[in-house]
Amino acid sequence: MNNSHHLNYLEQLESESIHIFREVAAQFEKPALLFSGGKDSITLVHLARKAFAPGRIPFPLVHIDTGHNFPEALDFRDAMASQLGATLVVRKVQDTIRQRSLTEPKGKFPSRNWLQTYTLLDTIEEFGFDCCIGGARRDEEKARAKERIFSVRDEFGQWNPKLQRPELWNIYNGKIHKGENVRVFPISNWTELDIWNYIRKENIDLPSIYFAHERKVIQHEGQLVAISEFVQPDEQDLVMTKKVRYRTVGDMTCTAAVESTAETLEEVINEIVATRISERGETRIDDKVTEAAMEDRKKNGYF
Amino acid sequence: MDLLRFITAGSVDDGKSTLIGRLLYDSKNILIDQLEALEKSTKNRTDGSVDLALLTDGLRAEREQGITIDVAYRYFSTPKRKFIIADAPGHVQYTRNMITGASNASLIIILIDARQGVVEQTRRHSIIASLLRIKHVVVAVNKMDLVEFSQDVFNDIVIDYNQVAAQLGLKNITYIPMSALDGDNIVDKSERIAWYTGKPLLDFLEEVQLDDDVNLTDARFQVQFVIRPQTEELHDYRGYAGKVISGIYKKGDKVTVLPQGIDSTIASVEIAGEETGEVFAPQSAVLQLADDIDISRGDTIVKSDNRPQVSNELEVLLCWMDDKPLLTGNKYLLQHNSRVVRAIVKQVEYKIDVNTLQQQPVEGNVKLNEVVKATLKTAAPLVYDSYEKLSEYGSAILVDETSNSTVAAVLIK
Ligand SMILES: Nc1nc2c(ncn2[C@@H]2O[C@H](COP(=O)(O)OP(=O)(O)OP(=O)(O)O)[C@@H](O)[C@H]2O)c(=O)[nH]1
Ligand SMILES: [Mg+2]
Repeated sequence: MNNSHHLNYLEQLESESIHIFREVAAQFEKPALLFSGGKDSITLVHLARKAFAPGRIPFPLVHIDTGHNFPEALDFRDAMASQLGATLVVRKVQDTIRQRSLTEPKGKFPSRNWLQTYTLLDTIEEFGFDCCIGGARRDEEKARAKERIFSVRDEFGQWNPKLQRPELWNIYNGKIHKGENVRVFPISNWTELDIWNYIRKENIDLPSIYFAHERKVIQHEGQLVAISEFVQPDEQDLVMTKKVRYRTVGDMTCTAAVESTAETLEEVINEIVATRISERGETRIDDKVTEAAMEDRKKNGYF
Repeated sequence: MDLLRFITAGSVDDGKSTLIGRLLYDSKNILIDQLEALEKSTKNRTDGSVDLALLTDGLRAEREQGITIDVAYRYFSTPKRKFIIADAPGHVQYTRNMITGASNASLIIILIDARQGVVEQTRRHSIIASLLRIKHVVVAVNKMDLVEFSQDVFNDIVIDYNQVAAQLGLKNITYIPMSALDGDNIVDKSERIAWYTGKPLLDFLEEVQLDDDVNLTDARFQVQFVIRPQTEELHDYRGYAGKVISGIYKKGDKVTVLPQGIDSTIASVEIAGEETGEVFAPQSAVLQLADDIDISRGDTIVKSDNRPQVSNELEVLLCWMDDKPLLTGNKYLLQHNSRVVRAIVKQVEYKIDVNTLQQQPVEGNVKLNEVVKATLKTAAPLVYDSYEKLSEYGSAILVDETSNSTVAAVLIK
């Protein structure tokens, strides 16, 4: 075997993802890339750029803004979109709540995670998107581990896990009836560590919150949650200043921070390699309710 | 580091999901919180053990019924290799999901319950393994704890399966006696099965020789998407984006565009907008040609001195995957990577009987899960190689235009 004609696994994953992006651009009339500002969707955008260079990414970036974002992630989003010259569509959960008189979640950590689905489905309808590209990975969660790369959703955005289309070889069938929609996950086969290794290899910029910094936090069921406009301490809470980083970037109300001293990419990767807790387990406050939380949300039209 | 994609197969309840759970557990690839969740969901078991199958059975219905319905993918690595596992369902009703997982696997673990021996699903999954030409086959004789680790039971199953393998032309078979439940011969060598002198499963998976299956000889490149930036500085740029299916392409190569049959020369090869001089399989790349030719999605660019077949009549093997039967004379869409053409099923010659493994005449319609030999006629010529020669360029799917479902896996002869 000639080693100069051999792809290592990261290069194989990259090629597979680029192939998927090009299938999307060719098979759908109005695709969109769902961009959250986190490392997975930043990686997605990087891959999309590579897939269509020297042309532009032939679809808009869509951000479903819960209103509970980290300001660092929003700044990063805007800078990235303008640097790419990409169209950025932002739709706000706040507006959906008002227009549809939805009930705001209450409590100390009022997660709008679930309400995002309403805004997403409205946005799909508003623009007539027939395909939404997402950055979900199969290693994240048990229900995600079951989903196809091209995941057909009905007109209510619902996933039917008991009736998925066969998906053979690298052949993707994106045919749908009007009103239906396909969610496409180009980085399905990447693990968290693959993403970090790729970010290092490609020198991809990330929002600063992925690296260790000082923050005022409280402790909630063993997890560190940052004090912010959306999360206020109550009397029992002990407010501490800790050096933390984020392992995922979701809403400020439902994403926990990790105590860390890792200020560089190299140090972050070392910590991730050493950890014995999964990404979701360490960072998501909202996923512990039931074992089927993710499956239920997907059945209802979630990403 | 190498990447090995493998799948577990075999009949319902033979222990596929348990095996994967055990593999992850004993190789310390389960994280603390996943383990806690597992313990929590199995705490009502009387003996206090955890149900390792729940690590992959991620759907509510699967947990309720204790069966696997659709493939689950798991990722793990050891210092030697990186693995992508597909845990397939054993139930006959979900065979198409098993095929989904198997189509990208280069190794298959076929589990057999030591008490049951070779059963119909063992044969069905073996047929699929042989059709798809999966390179390596491990036969895992599981639940050895329930047959007192008997060497005779194991040997009988080896004899039976060898016969199946011979009939199907399966080669490279490794037999391992094990207990997925207790962890015998999964990661650690079992002391209770001392008569077995081979390796435990994980050692085998780490060491099996992955002769690179990438074909670098027969250059095939199918256009997925045409990149035309139409900006001021790239006004006339026209790049053909696609994945190199096989072979190597260099600037200056004499090429032919098929099915048109037009010759040209490669003006540049690029990856992510950068000229690279050459590209090879399985890279995703962009080719530019020296001449202005009408090329669109689905067209193939090959080297002029190494041509694939071009025909609108195809001899194929079909795995039928739809609940509705295949009707001879019906029209379907044939999707061959990025090329889609209408096709009509002209004739069904025989089916492969899952019990005798023999060819049999088809009476009536072809039903779900049947494997048949058929002739297809396409509305436009297809450019292809046989599956045997170049699996990625000899495989396709049939799509029912009214339901949009993927109804068949197509392997071109
Ligand atoms: N005694 C014993 N029981 C086992 C062994 N392996 C699996 N089992 C049990 O067999 C049952 C079925 O196991 P699963 O792993 O769910 O079987 P499966 O092959 O994944 O089944 P499907 O995915 O539904 O086809 C469970 O009760 C397991 O605990 C083994 O080695 N010994
Ligand atoms: Mg199972």
